[in-house]
Amino acid sequence: MNVQSPLLSVRNLKVWFDIKRQGAMPWTPTDTLKAVDGVDFDLMPGETLGIVGESGCGKSTLARAIMRMVPAEAGTVLWLGDDLLQLNHHDMREHRKEMQMIFQDPLASLNPRMTIGQIVAEPLKTHHPGLSPSEVKDRVREVLDRVGILPNMINRYPHEFSGGQCQRIGIARALIVKPQLIICDEPVSALDVSIQAQVINLLMEIQEEMGLSLIFIAHDLSVVKHISTRVMVLYLGNVVEISEAAQLYRSPGHPYTEALISAVPIPDPTAEASKEVMILDADLPSPLNPPSGCVFRTRCPIAGPECAETKPPLSDRGNGQQVACHKR
Amino acid sequence: MNDRLAQPFQQPKTREIAERMAEDVKGRSLWADARRRFVANRAAMVSVVVLTLIVLFSLFGQIISEYDIETIDWDVLGNVATAGKPSIENGHYFGFDENGRDLYNRVVQGSRISLAVGVIGALVAVIVGTIYGATAGFIGGRVDSIMMRLVDIFMSIPYMFVLILLLVVAGRSITMIFVGIGLTAWLDMSRIVRGQTLSIKNREFVEAAIAIGVPTWRIIIRHIVPNLLGVVVVYATLLVPQMILTESFISFLGLGVQEPFTSWGALLSEGTKTMNYGTLWHLAFPLFFFVVTIFCFFFIGDGLRDALDPKDR
Repeated sequence: MNVQSPLLSVRNLKVWFDIKRQGAMPWTPTDTLKAVDGVDFDLMPGETLGIVGESGCGKSTLARAIMRMVPAEAGTVLWLGDDLLQLNHHDMREHRKEMQMIFQDPLASLNPRMTIGQIVAEPLKTHHPGLSPSEVKDRVREVLDRVGILPNMINRYPHEFSGGQCQRIGIARALIVKPQLIICDEPVSALDVSIQAQVINLLMEIQEEMGLSLIFIAHDLSVVKHISTRVMVLYLGNVVEISEAAQLYRSPGHPYTEALISAVPIPDPTAEASKEVMILDADLPSPLNPPSGCVFRTRCPIAGPECAETKPPLSDRGNGQQVACHKR
Repeated sequence: MNDRLAQPFQQPKTREIAERMAEDVKGRSLWADARRRFVANRAAMVSVVVLTLIVLFSLFGQIISEYDIETIDWDVLGNVATAGKPSIENGHYFGFDENGRDLYNRVVQGSRISLAVGVIGALVAVIVGTIYGATAGFIGGRVDSIMMRLVDIFMSIPYMFVLILLLVVAGRSITMIFVGIGLTAWLDMSRIVRGQTLSIKNREFVEAAIAIGVPTWRIIIRHIVPNLLGVVVVYATLLVPQMILTESFISFLGLGVQEPFTSWGALLSEGTKTMNYGTLWHLAFPLFFFVVTIFCFFFIGDGLRDALDPKDR
C-alpha cells in the first residue's frame, strides 16, 4: 500500500542480559534474560507507532536498544539504510541528532544543577558546536515558546517547575535539533490525567508541524489509541500483534491483545460495571525461563498442544494486521 | 478609541509590571538554597568567622611582633619558667619557648604550616579522589573492578608505617609530608565518589545525556561531578582536620617539619615535654589554636552537610 520507504526498520532484534545467580562462582555460566527476543517492525516517516505491554515485557529495553543505550545481542536496526548497530561511536553520534528521546519521569530526566536554558541548549551545543551563544539562546527561546514555556524562564531550575512543565522542557530538549524520530518512553504515565491530555496534544501538534515520526511507549491503552497510527503489542520480549490502531481496538487478533483491551476502564460507571473483563490465569512467567513455543501459552485460554511445540510467526491477516498465533 | 484602550498600559505601574514580565526571571539554584540554609546555621557561621581569624592570624600575625622564629634570647635561656612568661609589655605575647625563642612567632608560623598541610592535603585528596572515583564508577565493568581493587590494595598497606619510612629514608621535610599524606588521603575519597557516581549514573538525566550523544567526558564533568559536589565538599571539610591531626602526630613523633620551622604538632610535642617545669603556656597556646581550628572545621562540615542534604537531617 505504502510506497514510501521506512524511516526505521528493525529486524530480528534481540537484547539479552547475562544475569549472575546469587552467590555464583566467577566461572559458573550466567543465566540469560531475554528482554527482547526477535522483534521486527517498520516505521514510516510521519507515523506514530504505539508500543504496549505489561511491565517487564521489554518495551523500554527495545527503545534503548534502538538508541544503542543497551547493547543488542543480534539483529539489525536500519535507519535510512544504515545499520545503527554496526556504526562506530563517531558515526552513531552523527545519527543521534536525528532521533531523540523523551523520558518517563519528567523531573528526574533534567539535571537539577542546570538551568532549563542550559538543559535545552545541550543537544544543540553537542551537535552544532559552531553556533554563537546568542544564536543558541534564540533557538532555545523559540523552542521553549513552542512547547508553551515562557521564554523568560530560561534561568530557572527544574525543581521550580511542575511535572507537566518539566515534560514540556523535556520535549523542547528533544525538538531543538529538529529530529526525524522521537522515542517517547512512557512520557505521560507520571503525570495526572488533565496534564496527560495537554502533553499528548502538544506532541501531536508538533508531529503534524514537523512531520515527525514517533515511537510511543505506554501501558495506558486509551492514550495509545488516541495518538497512534499503528500499535505493536509486546509480551515477554516478543511481538504478539502489530496492527492499524483502529483495527486493533475493533477486532483484536491475539488473545493477549483481547485480554488487554477488555481490561481498559470505560469512563461510564454503568457500562464499566456490566462489561466483561477477560482475566488471565497465572502470573507473567519469568523472562529468565520463558515457556517453550508460544510464550503466551501458559496463560492463553485457547492454547492447544501445537502451541508448546513451535513459536508462531507473525502472519498477515489483512487490513494491515499481523498476529502471532497458531489458533487464529 | 484606540488611545483610550492603550491608556492603561501608559500607567507607570502597569508598564513597570509589563517590563518586568519581559525580563528573564532569575531562578534559585540548589546551591543558592544550600547557601541560605548554611548562613542560617549559627554554629557554622561562628566557626567560619573564627576560622577566618585564625587563617588571618597565621598569615599576618608576625606583623604585630618585632621578633622572629629563630633568634634566641640568651638572657632567658635556662630560666624560661620565671623570665620567659607571656607578657604584653615586652612584646613576647606568648612568652618564650624552652630554647629562649619568641613563642608568638613560632605559633604563627606553626599555624601556617599545619593549615597548609590540612588544606593542600585535602585538596589533593579531593581532586585525585573525585576524578579517579568518578571515572571508575561511570565507566564501570572491568575497568571499575581493576581500579577499585588497586585502591583496596593501597588501603591494605598500613599508611602510617609507609609515611614514617618515607620520612626516615628521604629525610624530614615538609614536601615529603605532603607527598606521604597525598599518597594515601585520596583512597577514601575515591571510594565515596565511586559509590555516589554509581547511583547518579542510573538517573534519567544521565541517560538523557547519553541519548543526546554528549561525549563521555562532558557527561562526567557537566552532569556527574556537579551532582557529586555536595558529598565531596562535606567530606573535604572533614578531611582537613584529619590531615592536620596526621601531620601533628608525625611531628609529635619528631619526624615532621625541620627546625627552625615548626607546626602545631611539633609545638605540642615540645610543650608536653616541659609541662612539669611550670611552663604551661608552651602547651596552652598551640593547643588552643589546634583545638579551636579542628572544632571549627567539624562545625562547618556539619553545617555544610545539613545545608546540602536537608533530607538527611
